[in-house]
Amino acid sequence: MAAEMIVDVTKTFPGRLPIRAGFRYPVEASTVLILFGPSGSGKTTILRSVAGLEWPEEGSIQFASRTWLDTAADIRVAPQDRHIGYMAQDYALFPPYTVLGNIAYGLGELAAFDRKKRVEEMLELFQLRGFDRAKPGELSGGQQQRVALARAVAPRPQLLLLDEPLSALDAPTRLQLRGELRSLLKQLALPSIIVTHDWAEALTLGDVMAVMSEGNVLQVGTPQDVFNRPANADVARVVGVETVVQGKCVETREGLATVQVGAISLTAIASPGIDSDVFVCIRAEDVTLELAGSVETSARNHLMGTVQAITSLGALARITIECGFSLTAVITRSALSELGLVVGTAITARFKAGSVHLISRR
Amino acid sequence: MNWTAIWVTFKLASLTATALLLIGLPIAYWVSFSKWRWKFIVESVVALPLVLPPTVLGFYILVAIGPHSPVGQFYSDIVGHPLPFTFEGLLLASIFYSLPFAVQPFAAAFEQVDRKLIEASWTLGVSQVGTFFKLILPLSKAGILTGVVLSFAHTLGEFGVVLMVGGNIEGETRTVSIDIYDEVQALNYVGAAKTALLLLIVSYGVLLLVYAMNRKVWTAWPQK
Repeated sequence: MAAEMIVDVTKTFPGRLPIRAGFRYPVEASTVLILFGPSGSGKTTILRSVAGLEWPEEGSIQFASRTWLDTAADIRVAPQDRHIGYMAQDYALFPPYTVLGNIAYGLGELAAFDRKKRVEEMLELFQLRGFDRAKPGELSGGQQQRVALARAVAPRPQLLLLDEPLSALDAPTRLQLRGELRSLLKQLALPSIIVTHDWAEALTLGDVMAVMSEGNVLQVGTPQDVFNRPANADVARVVGVETVVQGKCVETREGLATVQVGAISLTAIASPGIDSDVFVCIRAEDVTLELAGSVETSARNHLMGTVQAITSLGALARITIECGFSLTAVITRSALSELGLVVGTAITARFKAGSVHLISRR
Repeated sequence: MNWTAIWVTFKLASLTATALLLIGLPIAYWVSFSKWRWKFIVESVVALPLVLPPTVLGFYILVAIGPHSPVGQFYSDIVGHPLPFTFEGLLLASIFYSLPFAVQPFAAAFEQVDRKLIEASWTLGVSQVGTFFKLILPLSKAGILTGVVLSFAHTLGEFGVVLMVGGNIEGETRTVSIDIYDEVQALNYVGAAKTALLLLIVSYGVLLLVYAMNRKVWTAWPQK
């Protein structure tokens, strides 16, 4: 029997919309679930409920064969007994303890020798050698994040819960640690749940993604699926990026990257340290459409294609174009009628190199 | 100077402060962390000695531990003598009298502890009791010291409660403040002045210690 995570809870905070979240997904050794949504969507509450730090009024939480919460059967497992690793958004390192003390904090049940060995392993794995005697206040943001992560995984939990693990960092550090976190999670072979509102993080880190908005889970699927085929307009609005395709970065020259998507070649702004295997992400509002056979523009990417589908989004319309891959554009309704677009119309889609976001996949 | 009274006073203050450390910590923990809706009732009872005249508090304690009360009877059945006008009775009264001076700084310190740190400790598998000793106590050091020192200092100077519950028995319940009063009654101003000065110096020294410990500016260097 495959292990499964099943969450179905209702939690109400006074004066706010109730959070009613239900989702389930199979858990393997290193499955990373992304809880994705804007702030206030309830994703942190769900994570805290899984950790046992928040008590939903109703519902159940099951991880593998264990029941952590079942209000109907009056089962409420304390956070201490769930064997989880939890990292809060601001890390919550213990100020009276050194890096060493923080990492060893949850290892009270190990014999002294094993504890020392485990702490050594963590210092090595998280590149914290030389900082072991430092207090949390003396560390940089990136180092604090590594200490918090080391502390959470040191007791070898069965599930790792990370609340916005990268959001407290400055942009360049975040970009660097995003990749490191991915390989670390795979190396630890530890199932995890990560809360984030950043779609690049979701794509880099996630195997499964649950999209949340206003306390509800709207869609569960692989990140690529969710981005490419949002279940409804709400999901599309929440995730924002409509086109995510796999590509190969074949050449980088003068700051521009040439990316091969199937038979199509796209130009993107090259970001440092990009791998050859990438996700190509294009926001629908960055794509402009013209009827086929138009003049040159400054946009680096122009693709010939045909309209595949038109979905109304109120004042806007979402157009799916087949142009070697499936590309989504959002245009106004007036533009739609002026261009006289119907399914099958031949069209040119244009977008600037800067609108093509490349995300390394490993 | 009446060294016996000084000895009784310091013994009383030390034992009161020690007892309040043991009793006050669990009460303060409960006050800071309980989500019980009627918690304020207990908080008000704990704070009562702050506003109640010591004679009133002393009167009720005297009645409560007297030979006609169940508590007093129980005590004299076991120990063989009644509780009022003994050092033990005085100690009990002092504990009540100084309770807010210990509990309030303790509770204030506990409330300063970031809940996220406590939650992190729980998720690391450390029990609530373990979290208290490993995390909350070290983070509340200054507040706990303040509570102990304040209850010590407050007991040094108590007068009304001592007179009501302890009486004025040399070597048993005569404390420094009563000794001063007696000296003044006997018009021995020189003796009173000496003892008063001693009490002033000790009280001031104790408060110096408290305020110095709570100075945030200094915490930067002793930690390294």
